[in-house]
Amino acid sequence: MSRLTLSVNGKPQTVDVDPETPLLWVLRDTLMMTGTKFGCGVAACGACTVHLDGVPARACQTPVGDVGTAAITTIEGAAASVRTDKVAAAVQSAWQDSDVVQCGYCQSGQIMAAIGLLRETPKPTDADIDAALNGNLCRCATYVRIRAAVHLAATRLEA
Amino acid sequence: MTHQPTDTETLSATGLSRRGFLKGAATAGAAALTLGITARGVLAAAPAVRDAAFNPFVSIGSDGTVTVIAKHFEMGQGTTTGLTTLVAEELDADWAQMKSAFAPADNSRYANSLLGAQGTGGSTAIANSYLQYRQAGAAARDMLVRAAAARWKVRPEAITIRDGILTAGKKRGTFADFVKDAAALTPPQTPALKTPDQFRLIGVDHAAARKGHTGPGRKDGTGKTDGSARFAMDVHLPGMVYAVLVRPPQFGATLTGFDDSAAKALSGFVAAHALPNKAGVAVFARSTWQAFKARDAITAQWDLSKAEGRSSADITEALRQAAARAELPVQNGPRRADITAAVSGAARKIEAEFSVPFLAHAPMEPLNCVIEPTATGVRVHDGCQFPAITLPTVAAILGLKPEQVEITTLFAGGSFGRRATPTSDYHAEAAMAFALMGGKTPVKLVWSREDDIKGGYYRSAALHSASIGLTADGSIAGWDHRIATKSILKGSPFEAVMVHNGIDETSVEGVKGSLYTLPDMAIALTDFVTPVPVLWWRSVGHTHTAFVMESLIDMVAAATGKDPVETRLALLTPAAPTPQQARMAAVVRAARDLAGWGQPVAAGKARGFASHLSFNTYVAMVVDITVDGTKVHVDHVHAAVDCGVAVNPDVIRAQIEGGVGYALSAALRGEITLDKGQVAQSNFPDYEPLRLSEMPEISVRIVASAEAPSGIGEPGVPPVAPALANALFAATGKRVTTLPFSAAGFSFV
Ligand code: FES
Ligand code: FES
Repeated sequence: MSRLTLSVNGKPQTVDVDPETPLLWVLRDTLMMTGTKFGCGVAACGACTVHLDGVPARACQTPVGDVGTAAITTIEGAAASVRTDKVAAAVQSAWQDSDVVQCGYCQSGQIMAAIGLLRETPKPTDADIDAALNGNLCRCATYVRIRAAVHLAATRLEA
Repeated sequence: MTHQPTDTETLSATGLSRRGFLKGAATAGAAALTLGITARGVLAAAPAVRDAAFNPFVSIGSDGTVTVIAKHFEMGQGTTTGLTTLVAEELDADWAQMKSAFAPADNSRYANSLLGAQGTGGSTAIANSYLQYRQAGAAARDMLVRAAAARWKVRPEAITIRDGILTAGKKRGTFADFVKDAAALTPPQTPALKTPDQFRLIGVDHAAARKGHTGPGRKDGTGKTDGSARFAMDVHLPGMVYAVLVRPPQFGATLTGFDDSAAKALSGFVAAHALPNKAGVAVFARSTWQAFKARDAITAQWDLSKAEGRSSADITEALRQAAARAELPVQNGPRRADITAAVSGAARKIEAEFSVPFLAHAPMEPLNCVIEPTATGVRVHDGCQFPAITLPTVAAILGLKPEQVEITTLFAGGSFGRRATPTSDYHAEAAMAFALMGGKTPVKLVWSREDDIKGGYYRSAALHSASIGLTADGSIAGWDHRIATKSILKGSPFEAVMVHNGIDETSVEGVKGSLYTLPDMAIALTDFVTPVPVLWWRSVGHTHTAFVMESLIDMVAAATGKDPVETRLALLTPAAPTPQQARMAAVVRAARDLAGWGQPVAAGKARGFASHLSFNTYVAMVVDITVDGTKVHVDHVHAAVDCGVAVNPDVIRAQIEGGVGYALSAALRGEITLDKGQVAQSNFPDYEPLRLSEMPEISVRIVASAEAPSGIGEPGVPPVAPALANALFAATGKRVTTLPFSAAGFSFV
């Protein structure tokens, strides 16, 4: 066990855990921030997607000891930043207005991946969306609407 | 309301009664829909759920917020939105003031009238709630109106409600103004319901209305996009321990011993105990991750003498031999000899064998639930699909009376059938684990994805063999159809109801009850026996029967040189079509027209057609593909659907989209295979659902209907695989009869 101080959604959080523990479980079971989901544990589904210094990462494959001072952003952080963060706001509202969700379990990860994409590529093509979001499984297959919502968010950000 | 099945035969033919506990219950449910009020009565006085309870389904807060108590769980299929729509419609509420909450476990108030007990399944949520929830809304409306009439000293008829505002002449008020007075009034026994022409929410297409956000958009959209929606996986309680199970390496193995000495050295390890039923070892730790690590460090010994030890090839061969035995006559049994003779004497013959593999449901949220002690018993936190089974199961294991068990229902991260098992399997595991921890500590039982993929309760492998004789003029002279699969229901509490003369209706639904006019079709079933546990998987028997029937119809069309759509229409329109045939024919034509079937198709492209009735809903699809050698991309699916009154067209569209995607995952590459009894797959890398880039475009046409609403969660699945098989045949001349298509050498891009 070691004492680590993480930066989660802009706030320092000190945890006492085995540094091998995946960030996913530190977020979920230690910090009880449950918006980040466990889907596979092997980097195959994207349900655990968070941002490390703004870049989408798989929390289930990130040992917490490797995070260091990187800024961790979770879905809770993205949701809390919609007043100040245009991209997060556009993605979240596009998701809601397109009625994307079904069971919803994958959607935190989808949204974090989409925010990451739109920060890098404000006007993504379908191929860009495929490349950025293919790692995020949706077992309910809400893919038609995910694609539409990313385009909608991009259009609104341009306006 | 004329479309309700009237007897068990019809019910099973349409798949509706498959989860019915009792013939009587299913019939009573149908009657309830027909008569417009349930036997138990919507309006029985209810204890306060919160705020002011107007009846078991509607409570209104002092701020005017209307809470709809959902007796159905939400696995993504939109039930909470649908049930809320029904209440809001009759209340004339503003959509923004509506909320929903999950009902507690209580069969007396929250039974599914089509299933006879509290639970969700068989695509019945809206069908069995359509009148009940509207009555609940209408009753609350009546009480609000009477309260306002008394205060304003006007006649109730003088009051109108629109978007949550009551008006009479110059007087205006909100629900909040009258909640207290209204809740004190006697509920009406038979509140008047709107006629369809008065609907302002039911049938409104939110996609079209979206720009102004006026339509009934999903009620769970906010919580599911800001991380706040709570699933059972998200429950953390003070002092809670996490439990995972060391599970048997083969189905049917029993635990003989284990060694946890290495686990004891690990941080967070709490304890390991054998399950009392010898199905595994419960491993307890202070976090999920620590429980997984501790489990990895434990070795276990097993008795394999009764375990499944076969490989998939052996199982296919055993299914083949079982089908050939034709043990149970399902249809035209006495005429079988004549029919087989007609087939062998026919001018032309189609002979085909179809085989489909085991499939895991793989809901996105791995199975889990939490049990905590309460002052009087326990509380189960779960995305609970079938409280009516879970509650007594947990009570029995813990030696409690049913009334000592409470269930708190949370959102379920998908199910596709997996969360409703006749054994309540994962709840039973959690209850055993809770008892092993002493019954005083909250316990969360968690499945890993590997547990889920390897854990059984699969869609059963199945094999069909069919011989069809065609006369010289191309009509069907005889059809000998044999099915082998494992029964879902035998040995379960459902057996008494859903197994008739030894025939599990879910093994044959979709072949039996085909809407095509096929007087000379003989059907036989042989149960396949294996320790591999099997379960309903989104659309149940239709997952394989539609694939087989709709491939065969296409083969008939090809053999007779006719257009596949015309072949179907001919078989659906005899001299005196049944109402079901007429509805299906209309849906077939709608899909044909939507897709522009018959127009020339570009080089490298092809299209296939399929249609199927399931859960009282009629669906037809055209699947467009692009083929480059063995590389296939599914471009577009055009679907027409008749599910009765379309309560929420956008949710219907979403369910067709999702159903297509779910079906494609299985059709393209989904299979669970056994290697000497051991499951060969373990996680998404080798049991890989459809990904975004593989998702086709989808167009949906909802055929207008005044019939009672029917299912929508499942009926989008069955036509997909056969329409794709038919498209592949059109493109390549190769008839694929074994799923998944990847096994036939196709890869999907
Ligand atoms: S849980 Fe991390 S990718 Fe699936
Ligand atoms: S919405 Fe259910 S898995 Fe994506």
